[in-house]
Amino acid sequence: MNAKTRRLVTASLVAVTTTAVLAGCGGADGGSGSEGGVLKLWTHNAGNAAEYDVVEKVVNDFNASQTTYKVEIEAFPQGSYNDAVVASSSSKKLPCILDVDGPNVPNWAWGGYLAPLELSGGEVPLDDQLPSTVGKYQDKVYAFGFYDVALTMFARKSVLDENGIRIPTPEQPWTRAEFASALADLKASGKFEYPLEMGTGGSGEWWPYAYSPQLQSFGGDLVDRDDYKTAEGALNGPEALDWAKWFRSLVTDGYMAQKSGASPNDDFLNGKSAIEWDGSWSAAKNVEKLGDDLLILPPVDFGKGPKIGGASWQWAMSSNCAKPEGARAFLEFTRKTKYFTEFAKAVGTIPATDAAAAQIPGYEPGGRYEPLVRAARDFAVVRPVTPAYPFISSVFEKTAKDIVAGADPDSALGEAVKQIDANLKMNNFYAD
Amino acid sequence: MTAAVPLRVRLRRAHSITQADARRREGIAAVAMAAPAVLLLLVFVVIPIGLAFVLAFTSARLVSPTPARFVGLRNFAMLAEDPVFLRSVLNTFVFAALVVPVQAGVALGLALLINARFRGTNFFRTVYFIPVVTSMVVVSIVWTLLYQKDGLLNRIIEAVTFGQVEGPDWLNDPSTSLAAIVFMSVWQGAGFHMIIWLAGLQTIPADLYEAASIDGVSRWTRFRYVTWPGLRATRTFVLITITIAAFSLFTQVNVMTQGGPLDSTTTLVYQAVRSGYQQQQTAYASAISLVFFVLVLIVSLAQRYLTREKD
Repeated sequence: MNAKTRRLVTASLVAVTTTAVLAGCGGADGGSGSEGGVLKLWTHNAGNAAEYDVVEKVVNDFNASQTTYKVEIEAFPQGSYNDAVVASSSSKKLPCILDVDGPNVPNWAWGGYLAPLELSGGEVPLDDQLPSTVGKYQDKVYAFGFYDVALTMFARKSVLDENGIRIPTPEQPWTRAEFASALADLKASGKFEYPLEMGTGGSGEWWPYAYSPQLQSFGGDLVDRDDYKTAEGALNGPEALDWAKWFRSLVTDGYMAQKSGASPNDDFLNGKSAIEWDGSWSAAKNVEKLGDDLLILPPVDFGKGPKIGGASWQWAMSSNCAKPEGARAFLEFTRKTKYFTEFAKAVGTIPATDAAAAQIPGYEPGGRYEPLVRAARDFAVVRPVTPAYPFISSVFEKTAKDIVAGADPDSALGEAVKQIDANLKMNNFYAD
Repeated sequence: MTAAVPLRVRLRRAHSITQADARRREGIAAVAMAAPAVLLLLVFVVIPIGLAFVLAFTSARLVSPTPARFVGLRNFAMLAEDPVFLRSVLNTFVFAALVVPVQAGVALGLALLINARFRGTNFFRTVYFIPVVTSMVVVSIVWTLLYQKDGLLNRIIEAVTFGQVEGPDWLNDPSTSLAAIVFMSVWQGAGFHMIIWLAGLQTIPADLYEAASIDGVSRWTRFRYVTWPGLRATRTFVLITITIAAFSLFTQVNVMTQGGPLDSTTTLVYQAVRSGYQQQQTAYASAISLVFFVLVLIVSLAQRYLTREKD
């Protein structure tokens, strides 16, 4: 992208919303982060003190360990982080080191924001990590994360026992039929207006993250992953249609709210719902409130095995970093089991390596949270590895919302495929 | 030499020099005072609008390794086939068609009420104005709660009808969602235009009302032949400002429904933002903005024409 286009795009950000905010975002002393051995590091953790503290600790340790480079942190609120990165890339002001949400890695790598990592050192080899925590695009590693999160179903043991429902295991998860009859029984018990809490009140990336794994378990997908050139067959085939009808039937059968409340996890804890589809981030709170009565269950097997989404925040290096060897030295330095452990502990996430998991109470084999580790290892599917992902994600969110609201599944999925295919074609299948 | 010139001429000349001087200084001051506003308008309005016009004919993306190239009318051809865009145009017009008369009418009613002199006028003025000074995001979040299936609004409906009528799930039902947003927007915006109407009402000379009351006319006749004609200029202003504000509907939709359910609340501006940011299609979003600009321009010009001075 030449300088003129960059300027055009930067200014167009302003044109679309006629706000001035973004134009200034990347301007303030972004720099290439390399004068006098200073490396800038951007993180999305401005509103997340627990994780920020660990980032700060890692950076302080690195700065104390050598004298050549000095890493400086700049933290952004998560909500405006991506906008800040996109705006500053347009004006060539990206920092040397930045974090990136897993599914965005291909888009940013394709857009020329990120440089391949080519790490050589570090205590922990990349191969030791959960596959979903390594951000790859076109066979090159662009990012790695210290943790992942996992989707899971929470339920109360007492409620399942009372209704004579079998407790599923990772080896023997609920089948589609079992799940349907469990929901019917729970609904019939009369104690729950909506026995299933799926978090349908959320928006944004939650929709593809939470519901595309169910689509995949039915046998469909967001896009044909063979060559990422069409969504035809994947998103509108018979399996996808089956998923869409099932998803809508949860609403028409009265099992799930079309739009759930603002705090679905509290609703579950307060006994408003019997089964909650949620993430590992709620596990600690649920255990604290419900103790031994809490069940951490594997996802339902709708035919192609249980599935959950993979990939969370990861660290990467920008392509316009003037001191790539410095950025590489920092990233290699961070690859120590103790940091993997500390991140997971601080945020309550699943550590990316088994060695770290063994050191965190509850995440060791046989521990309270082991089902989450197993799910991340055995059931995780990364979101489609294509620069088109942000577009696909946005289309899927809208389509799934329409389906839940009662749109004709056939035409809704057909329109989604049409839009995704048009976008892929218009961008020359993101081949450049 | 100087002595040869008569005194009066010399005086006049000196006078005109100082006058020209003063005028020049005034001119500089005027430019200096206008400069900040003009500069800001240029940078944040004129240039972005110009860029949007250009970008709409290119393949520009928010994130892309390749430079944008000229693609002619491709984006507009895609717009014409995009069902969500067409629905957005329709929703935007429906919203404006409902909000403009209702909000202007409610605001005028409120203004007439509080224009009367009685105790507590200031209290009511403040009450009606509070929603205006509240952030639209906050208002939208609060109303999302009010509109819930078991929210306050439905509880009131239930209580008033002794449980005979069960209110709908306002924002999640395609048949009520846009109406719910219209109602909330009118509630939020009416206070502002009430103030404008009020200012207009107070410019009407009191002797006209006196004359009317001496003639013994009814209240309706007085409103029809004194108040209404006296509000001519105010009327135009209120009409055009509400129309433009209604066309740019975005915040409520973004916070409350994200365009759903089933596209029942999607609007032009919402689609422009969604395409431009979430979907990274800068050029496509620019095309939407361009269409939006032209539509608003046409409607504003039509309104100007219809409300022009006819004599």
